[in-house]
Amino acid sequence: MGKKTPLFQSHLDASAKMVDFAGWDMPIHYGSQIEEHKIVRSDAGMFDVSHMTVVDVTGDDARAYLRNLLANDIGKLKIQGKALYSCILNDEGGVVDDLIVYFLNDSFYRVIINSSTRDKDIAWLNQQAAGLPNLTLSERDNVAMIAVQGPNAREKVFTLFADEQRTQIESLGRFMAVDMGDYFVGRTGYTGEDGFEILVSVAQAARCWKQLLDVGVKPCGLGARDTLRLEAGMSLYGTDMDETTSPLISGLAWTLAMSDEREFIGKQALQDEQNNGVSQQLVGLVLKDKGVLRNHLKVITVSGDGEITSGSFSPTLGKSVALARIPSGVVGEVEVEIRNKLLKAQIVKIPFVRQGKSCI
Amino acid sequence: MSNVPSDLKFLSSHEWVLVEGDVATIGVSDHAQELLGDLVFVELPETGSSVSAGDSVAVIESVKAASDTYAPVSGEIIEVNEELEDSPERINDDPYGDGWMYKIKMEDPGEVGDLLNADAYTESIEEDE
Repeated sequence: MGKKTPLFQSHLDASAKMVDFAGWDMPIHYGSQIEEHKIVRSDAGMFDVSHMTVVDVTGDDARAYLRNLLANDIGKLKIQGKALYSCILNDEGGVVDDLIVYFLNDSFYRVIINSSTRDKDIAWLNQQAAGLPNLTLSERDNVAMIAVQGPNAREKVFTLFADEQRTQIESLGRFMAVDMGDYFVGRTGYTGEDGFEILVSVAQAARCWKQLLDVGVKPCGLGARDTLRLEAGMSLYGTDMDETTSPLISGLAWTLAMSDEREFIGKQALQDEQNNGVSQQLVGLVLKDKGVLRNHLKVITVSGDGEITSGSFSPTLGKSVALARIPSGVVGEVEVEIRNKLLKAQIVKIPFVRQGKSCI
Repeated sequence: MSNVPSDLKFLSSHEWVLVEGDVATIGVSDHAQELLGDLVFVELPETGSSVSAGDSVAVIESVKAASDTYAPVSGEIIEVNEELEDSPERINDDPYGDGWMYKIKMEDPGEVGDLLNADAYTESIEEDE
């Protein structure tokens, strides 16, 4: 038996097929993964992401701590409520995890990290906190988290709130969050669609889920979450990048803030890698032949072999797509080895899909 | 509970067989399609090829994973369901009808005796659960 989120019973009530995910009993789908995927692209779906880890970083040293810990720079965050995506790196430049950090005030940042990496992340965060007297790291385990995503997601969430709260949520810009006591609402997500991620107290979680159901938001499982994020070209920790791969070879160079004098963990290793020449790149692939690209399949290019890091079927495009790590500089067409056959795939710019529309 | 028609024979690896004279029609069970989830690709054998019972002859892929399926009997592939090429979801929608995969002209109809009947197959999937 795994750990249960506050919405466990809600999933059973919705006939979810439950699976183990990083020690948690989580819904993989509620009937059809493809239907759930399409609902998020065309209307509104919701995901229980309560298994994710929420850590509040508070105190006068919070800012200095995060500027050293994160490869992206929270110094960019000028407006209260603004969010930033970043990697945390080890000294070798490998990715310890990726996260979202919300800037609430100069001595209060909220960080959301992956569940599969929780234990090592907490250990790493604590290790880097040593010697900073005015810093508190507190994990919030009394909250549930519901991601509501899709072109109609915001409208449907608005109906749950009234008066000033509703006004606050309606006026939230992209990648902004607002703390409203029982609810913390961020206009973020992992699907390539507009929507919100809502942190809600455990006591209110099942009620919030039910209210969303009642306004027509469809429950979606981790299966659809994975194909949606893949179409959106978003990285998944542990498959597209890990402690042995740097952001430079993981399609995450855009998340690095390294042009100024700020020092951060892993910066030196990244500079060395840049100076020596970055040998690999993460690209998007679209399969031209029939079949399905899968994780770890070999990719054959004119400059040597690479590997698929995330491959699946794209319900929006009706064909198979993948993220793949291949030698730098390769463009055009590559071959992928599937069951001893060589199939043709086209290198494309990611994302594959954004806001319901094909980008390829 | 998934549907297990009593007029079919089965392999414990979830293929079903409809025997008519010396021709066997093969697909995958309702239980299998439930386990796999939405199917997105089916790789069928070549018409005219010879297969032996137990050979991996077709691959069905769902969003989640690729799965081999095995020939329940030996013989020649005489027909494949080409509709599945563009509409693999037929296996989800109608596993025992429109979702059939291929037909074998059997070399030895006696092999049918080695297959599971509906009750034995039902028992085998209950043991898995």
